[in-house]
Amino acid sequence: MSLPRVNAVVIGAGAGGGVVAKELCEAGLRVALLERGRWYTANDCRKDDLRNQRTSVLGNNSGPDEERNPRVFVDRDANRHIVLPSEGGYSNNAACVGGGTLTYGAMAWRYQPKDFRMRSTYGTPEGSTLDDWPISYEDLAPFYEKAEYEIGVSGDVSNDPFKGPRAKPLPMPPLPPTREYEILRPAAQRLGLHPFDLPMLRNSVPYNGRPPCMRCRWCVGFVCEVDAKCGTHNTVIPRALATGLCDLRLGCMVKEILTTDQGKITSVSYFDAHDRLQEQPADLVIVSGAAIESARLLLNSKSKLFPNGLGNRFDWVGRNLQGHAYSGATGLFDFDTYDDVGPGACIAICDYNHGNPGLRGGAMLANEFIRLPYQAVDMPPNGVRWGKAHKDFMRKAYRRTIKIMGPTQEMPVFDSRVQLDPTVKDFWGMPVAQLSGYQHPHTLEIAGVMAAKAEAWLKEAGAIQTWRNLPGNGVSGGQHQAGTCRMGNDPKTSVVDSWCRVHDADNLYVIDGSVHVTNGGFNPALTILANAYRASARLVQFWKGKV
Amino acid sequence: MAKRSALTRRRFLQVAATAAASSALISCGRHAGPWRFFTPGEARTIEALCEQIIPADQDPGATWAGTIYYIDSQLVGHFRKLQSTYRSGSAACDAVCRAAHGQPFAELPFDQQTAFLQRLPNTLQPFFDMVITHTMQGFYGDARHDGNRDAVSWRMLGIPVIPIRGRDHYEFPGKG
Repeated sequence: MSLPRVNAVVIGAGAGGGVVAKELCEAGLRVALLERGRWYTANDCRKDDLRNQRTSVLGNNSGPDEERNPRVFVDRDANRHIVLPSEGGYSNNAACVGGGTLTYGAMAWRYQPKDFRMRSTYGTPEGSTLDDWPISYEDLAPFYEKAEYEIGVSGDVSNDPFKGPRAKPLPMPPLPPTREYEILRPAAQRLGLHPFDLPMLRNSVPYNGRPPCMRCRWCVGFVCEVDAKCGTHNTVIPRALATGLCDLRLGCMVKEILTTDQGKITSVSYFDAHDRLQEQPADLVIVSGAAIESARLLLNSKSKLFPNGLGNRFDWVGRNLQGHAYSGATGLFDFDTYDDVGPGACIAICDYNHGNPGLRGGAMLANEFIRLPYQAVDMPPNGVRWGKAHKDFMRKAYRRTIKIMGPTQEMPVFDSRVQLDPTVKDFWGMPVAQLSGYQHPHTLEIAGVMAAKAEAWLKEAGAIQTWRNLPGNGVSGGQHQAGTCRMGNDPKTSVVDSWCRVHDADNLYVIDGSVHVTNGGFNPALTILANAYRASARLVQFWKGKV
Repeated sequence: MAKRSALTRRRFLQVAATAAASSALISCGRHAGPWRFFTPGEARTIEALCEQIIPADQDPGATWAGTIYYIDSQLVGHFRKLQSTYRSGSAACDAVCRAAHGQPFAELPFDQQTAFLQRLPNTLQPFFDMVITHTMQGFYGDARHDGNRDAVSWRMLGIPVIPIRGRDHYEFPGKG
């Protein structure tokens, strides 16, 4: 039996879905917000070095459930591995209210104008699907600003000469500098670079009724103990609920999106928290499950008119899976660089995002978040892995290293993809996501150059020894997963239009990182939030019959 | 004297019954001793491996830190899938050692153990790599997991030790 009709079902209460739910509810729509995970709060305070979203050797701290959600990872030698959420190759983000924004490092980057015009700027390399976005930086700029003010961003980007035009400064000042900041800033300036206080979705002063960061070392990967980290769970989702129009349902795993024979989306079927199958009729369906699960859901939603899955008439759903090729360097100093003042990352340069001779793009470079002791055990560059030599190195180097990393913008690859696995099913009997593919060689070439730039910065800062940290050549995804439901004007080479509406269906939208054509040389969270505001604004107009 | 006999016969029987029940519970464990998974022989081998990986010097090593308790606990928890790998791996390690030196690994002098691990047969390498990973986790990880007693590694690295906050998010059979 089906449930009472709602105006919209939003699938996934993460960065994209949280914003959409709030915007629709405030416009008067009745929304069912379905989330497969739970709602963790600051009171769950989960400071466990071995069990969090970044170091998951003992499991994740904010989902998904380890026993119920396997995936299949296909390696470069075509071996299939069944992987669990805490294992390598799974490309996990999170499953909870807030999604990745609950535990992320919270860098709040606007992509640069050129990031939306990668093909026009550089041309597409062979073996890549590099393309322009159907929208420009200017289209997104007002919504970047809205995200910065509604969710909350601290930092000072006024010294970044490479940024796109912006109308207002960030709403909060940067956190006071750390020792690493004091070391790296003059070094970058001596090199003629342009360092600045990187933007963070984190309170530096009281904002939105929540306190500022208390500078602890358990940040990226953890639920903030004092609720200073700004995500959708403590901003837009509570506002959606406050309208009285948002019905947030936890523990709900969507099975498929149902359509009529004429292709009209009618409802969503899902397993509720007691694993009972429910059917929720709706006028609009918005998929916001992040790049891997959103693609999987569309592929799992098969019907007479869409035998290969919704929006998949031209075999583009699940394609172009991308994240970032993280690259950089570590430097060892002959003095203490560690001051135990979190979150760690605080200073960045955008000098190498574009304009690198012979390269299509690049990366923002920033110092890393504080590395907890176990995260540093792979640090020795000389192959020392155990014994007294390893212990000596840990003792010598732990407080004396700085690591600079950058998210190299990837050249999208058509064969890096999400498919339905032919045999493995999840707890509820649905085919799981199978991940396969590789990094484009040019991506690795760019990453190599970015590592060299990071190394030069560390050397200038006085490092007595440096070594590079380079990405692997396997398919990317993880917490920055994107690209699987590409936004575009041509239905033959994209999945959604420039307003995030699936080409083949009037009332079906994908609003999350899946729609990114390219993923910038930056952490993608603010772009996902901004695009969700932008797409929601249009959705509301559409609903009111204005477009 | 009346005061001294506050422990009535009825109360005595209650206490005795509880004590008997608890000792019955304790003896339900598969192995005698402190281990949840390891046999005493396996524990000797693994503990010696851990101490090789993080030896005591001016700072305590893996044995003092109790890193093996982390591995043992997790083998009935998150590492359940690795039980047979540990069982066969420690047996193989001892077998190779016996063939070469006439003694199980833990009985060799420390320096001879080190030399053995530096020239480890290829067949044992994946097992040793796994023990390295788990030893690093236990020793450098959160003290709540029993492998980093008194936060000894954090003290060694010179970082502030804060009280363990938040609860543990797993349950082991027989714990608490």
